[in-house]
Amino acid sequence: MKSSHEPGQMLVVDDNRVNRLLLTRALEQNGHEVSNAENGKIGLEMLRAKPYDVLLLDIDMPEMNGFEVLEALLQDDELRYLPVIMTSASDELDRVVKCIEMGAEDYLVKPLNPVLLRARVNASLEKKRLRDEQRKLFRTFATPQVAEQLLRDGFSLGGKYVTASIMFADIRSFTSLSEKREPAEIIELLNDYFALMFDAITANNGMVNQMQGDGFMAIFGAPVHDENHREQAVHAALEMAELLKAFNEQRATQNKGVVRIGIGIASGNVIAGYTGTQHRATYTCVGDTVNLAARIESHTKIAGKPILIDEFTREGLRGSIQTEDLGDVIFKGKQQAIRVFSVKI
Amino acid sequence: MPVIDKTTFDELKQMSGEDFINELIDTFLEDAPKMIGEIKSAFASNSVETFRRAAHSMKSNAATFGANQLAALAKELEMLGKENKLHEAGDRLEALDEAYASVRDELTGLKS
Repeated sequence: MKSSHEPGQMLVVDDNRVNRLLLTRALEQNGHEVSNAENGKIGLEMLRAKPYDVLLLDIDMPEMNGFEVLEALLQDDELRYLPVIMTSASDELDRVVKCIEMGAEDYLVKPLNPVLLRARVNASLEKKRLRDEQRKLFRTFATPQVAEQLLRDGFSLGGKYVTASIMFADIRSFTSLSEKREPAEIIELLNDYFALMFDAITANNGMVNQMQGDGFMAIFGAPVHDENHREQAVHAALEMAELLKAFNEQRATQNKGVVRIGIGIASGNVIAGYTGTQHRATYTCVGDTVNLAARIESHTKIAGKPILIDEFTREGLRGSIQTEDLGDVIFKGKQQAIRVFSVKI
Repeated sequence: MPVIDKTTFDELKQMSGEDFINELIDTFLEDAPKMIGEIKSAFASNSVETFRRAAHSMKSNAATFGANQLAALAKELEMLGKENKLHEAGDRLEALDEAYASVRDELTGLKS
């Protein structure tokens, strides 16, 4: 009997030749393409070399056993979501339970029952397909880090306190720039600009989480904690300025107007979490630090400097980054004066 | 108890296909003497883990073909390995030779 499901790429890992042959044959009979490996070590190498849809894994093997393979899969961002079906003898169900707890999807008892084999493989293929789709979907509206965290820890709305650096960036002279241009040209300009800026941010472990018009907000140090978030944020700002310089030089040769930006960075405690509904959510941060970063960014207009940071951000900088103390500034809605520093480009 | 359980064997034949069952039997008849050899040498050198794993493989393959008596014997040996009691395995090793010889003859006859 042929399977009505889409065929998949299967990998059978078993040290026993009869088991391997039989399982391979039975899966081929169901229309799948099957590769096999004689121990966990070889199996893992094959999984890393080429994508598979389902792994059928024996427990008791020399070199690297089933537990060790599961452990390695969990540590691997690419392989963590691969459905694994344990194949085991009926008298070792206690070990199967351990495998399921370690993340295996399902199990099959040897000697194999062809009906169960087909049903469980098809169920795993379906899960793989859904997971791939979900992953693709997450990645279109969330950044890769957030997508991975959502997939790993499950989806839960709700926040926590984290220490992070918040960056706001805005195009300074965009309005006057856009008045003289065709709409299509403006969108193209924005797309090029965002692509460059986001590159600089992700290269420094930051995450863009909000975009509005020509401005955006980025977070450093969350959702994945990194104690160097302050330095990373400033590095990103410096890289943005550098990329923009090259971008402007290119535009100047085409007789197009140049783009000036303002960047404000503040660091401290923020409340971070997913906001929205189960269907559409973003990872965001709120709190005084976020408001301060926005105000500091606005202040770039008054100060006439492209990159401004607060004192706590400056304290996190080491090495070659040079700053200039601009003294205390009283921002609208704030009681206390905030000491602001300009980062030298 | 029959040497090969007919129901299990027929199911296996159905799952693997007529042409494939011969290849599967040949593979087993090639590998089984190696497993028995491994069990015996591991017994002689008191290599508990090798002994257990070889007995485990033998159990698994015997059960696949419906050789239930051989599977039960191999399972006993596997347990002795697990419990670190290889010294109790002595006469079971002879029984293993005999049980395998009957399975081999029967499977050879079942080849189509």
